[in-house]
Amino acid sequence: MAEGAKEPVGVGTTDPEEDSPNMIVYRKIEDIVTRIQDENAGGVSIRTVKSFLSKIPSVVSGADIVQWLMKNLSVEDPAEAIHLGSLVAAHGYIFPISDHVLMLKDDGTLYRFQSPYFWPSNCWEPENTDYAIYLCKRTMQNKARLELADYEAENLARLQRAFARKWEFIFMQAEAQVKIDRKKDKAERKILDSQERAFWDVHRPVPGCVNTTEMDIRKCRRERNPHRVKKSVYGVPDDGQSQPSPVHISSQPTKKTTKEDVQKEINFLNSQLDRHCMKVSKVADSLMSYTEQFMEYDPFVSATEPSNPWISDDMSFWDLEASRDPSQQRVKKWGFSLEEALKDPAGRDQFLKFLESEFSSENLRFWLAVQDLKRRPLQDVSSRAQEIWQEFLAEGAPSPINLDSHSYERTSQNIKDPGRYSYEDAQEHIFKLMKSDSYARFLRSNIYQDLLLARKKVSCTH
Amino acid sequence: MRSPLTPEMATQEVQLNETLAHLKTESETLKTKLEEERAKLHDVELHQVAEKVEGLGQFVMKTRRTLKGHGNKVLCMDWCKDKRRIVSSSQEHAVTMPCTWVMACAYAPSGCAVACGGLDNKCSVYPLSLDKNENLAAKKKSVAMHTNYLSACSFTNSDMQILTSSGDGTCALWDVESGQLLQSFHGHAADVLCLDLAPSETGNTFVSGGCDKKANVWDMRSGQCIQSFETHESDINSVRYYPSGDAFASGSDDATCRLYDLRADREVAIYSKESIIFGVSSVDFSLSGRLLFGGYNDYTINVWDVLKGTRVSILFGHENRVSTLRVSPDGTAFCTGSWDHTLRIWA
Repeated sequence: MAEGAKEPVGVGTTDPEEDSPNMIVYRKIEDIVTRIQDENAGGVSIRTVKSFLSKIPSVVSGADIVQWLMKNLSVEDPAEAIHLGSLVAAHGYIFPISDHVLMLKDDGTLYRFQSPYFWPSNCWEPENTDYAIYLCKRTMQNKARLELADYEAENLARLQRAFARKWEFIFMQAEAQVKIDRKKDKAERKILDSQERAFWDVHRPVPGCVNTTEMDIRKCRRERNPHRVKKSVYGVPDDGQSQPSPVHISSQPTKKTTKEDVQKEINFLNSQLDRHCMKVSKVADSLMSYTEQFMEYDPFVSATEPSNPWISDDMSFWDLEASRDPSQQRVKKWGFSLEEALKDPAGRDQFLKFLESEFSSENLRFWLAVQDLKRRPLQDVSSRAQEIWQEFLAEGAPSPINLDSHSYERTSQNIKDPGRYSYEDAQEHIFKLMKSDSYARFLRSNIYQDLLLARKKVSCTH
Repeated sequence: MRSPLTPEMATQEVQLNETLAHLKTESETLKTKLEEERAKLHDVELHQVAEKVEGLGQFVMKTRRTLKGHGNKVLCMDWCKDKRRIVSSSQEHAVTMPCTWVMACAYAPSGCAVACGGLDNKCSVYPLSLDKNENLAAKKKSVAMHTNYLSACSFTNSDMQILTSSGDGTCALWDVESGQLLQSFHGHAADVLCLDLAPSETGNTFVSGGCDKKANVWDMRSGQCIQSFETHESDINSVRYYPSGDAFASGSDDATCRLYDLRADREVAIYSKESIIFGVSSVDFSLSGRLLFGGYNDYTINVWDVLKGTRVSILFGHENRVSTLRVSPDGTAFCTGSWDHTLRIWA
């Protein structure tokens, strides 16, 4: 096994993809563990602990780590500190000296820090041959602390079967490693052995534990040189039989910026400069008043009447929502804006009912027809667009709507090549018309007021 | 090895490079100018204005349902408009997803179909049936075709159109019945990971986020990018509109969520903490927009006060990354999916 050097022993040097998502997290964790170990700058005290007849070098208690995290990362809740610390452990940066399970406990359990050689940021993807060598050499040593756990014994048995033909080679490598290890100082060996074990606990975790080396499939191909020959933990040369990563997404060649790209960007920037924007103070007020208006409807913020079905298992709330008999609270929402009224099918119905009573429903029906047009499959669009023209805009149309001459011109041009968006201008104009005229009257109408004030006799349905 | 250039070609190439460099300088100058202009309107911080808003009380949010039995990482899920059914990648619920690796799924507004896709580079639509014995795989209709993985899909307001985003760097709008491409959206310089449609009834815009750290707002009619935001320091994994449609939130591998207002054309809030170092995979708003829920790669959910910028709650429970998070259509709960093979419903 190579010495605990700071630099990874790799096959050539590649420019690290420092901004790949995994690397960003690793660097943050590394910053944390470096700070924790810095005794001169408020770090924990790493010491040698006497235990029975021996000494345990270079350890720190879990409680100390939790305390440090709470103090230095402004964490108020110990549960959060424990959770974060456990993740740092699960990624292999700290480890309990007497357990394969990588988690942090807020007590006297002893932990050690991982050597930078083994840090995940070095992009280790150790092969099963390396793992076999490791398990094999463990069986060659007599120390009780190096005895294989059950799952490791099972792993070894499986590997022996899989590598039956090259087992002699693996055995020899293991022997060679044992020889190298024997030459080291006893205290140093304790530390290195534990760090090596922790490394394997990350890459071959205890069954049931999370394998933190798993990567988001979508981000795999940006990892540092995904196709290069994998370096061996024990310096075993690659015999050409190493498996490529099981996940392989075809790499996209990095797009080179062309003149056209930059020109496009310039055009875009110029259009943005022309845009009229609002001040942050104004949008902040707007966001606040919107949120305030809807907070009474937000089940996470205000109590749901009669109850939240997910919590109480009582479905009344859903039954009420589904009924066409809307609650006062729901009716109140229609008064917030025309958009809100039209969003609710019951609101749409009532608004339509009101307009029909005034014999002026053609605007809303036109608006609804255009909405429907946009939802049609492509092959129906043309004919449906024509139907809308005939019904609402053509000369002698049965439900004529009132468009200004400009919109009418635009629309009649669009209709020559009818498409999904042929009526966008017209629809926008009609929407504004309804908003400023009939919507306001609707809110004052008996139809609406009766519902809002629950004036009509409502028979309670249970 | 470069091919030998004739003197004329060499001069031309130098000229081209000069023009490109010249254009790049122009672009940089414009960017600086735009930033200056926008900064002039940045007269106050959202959380400062929100100081006068009443603080939220303590929250008791718990897992109310745990859905197991997937046997696979859950990568995505969506709610049905009836508020009670959900579809997720991996097996269970309404339909068996024959794709081996489904990264995106969506419920049709009618509740009668689901769309899904992933490593197959496609988005396919499957009709739903009450008859569990019906072989729905046979009825699948392949709608979208990309040249790389499908990262997200969403029906527009009807069962008839689907919007998709892909690892090939584009988004696209498709007609479900014919499979025809209606519009494509080019502008991201790397994989597009997420999208969300504007909530407006008449709106024709959507926002997308990508590995180029950009969030782009698009006009569905013209295919043009109408606004662009680039303040994140890493991939944007999730974008979601604020309920009024005037702003949207994003979640990124830089461990922050951010709020961008479309009218100010600016980032107006960052949701982050020193102790949060793992990436955000998924975000969604509560119904009023007061709360922002974020699912993180550190297995937790952080709940943020959107206006004040503070964290209101941290939720534990999942045993591996939270990969997807959606609030139900009526806002009574939110559902999370995780690499721990389970889905949880929280309220």
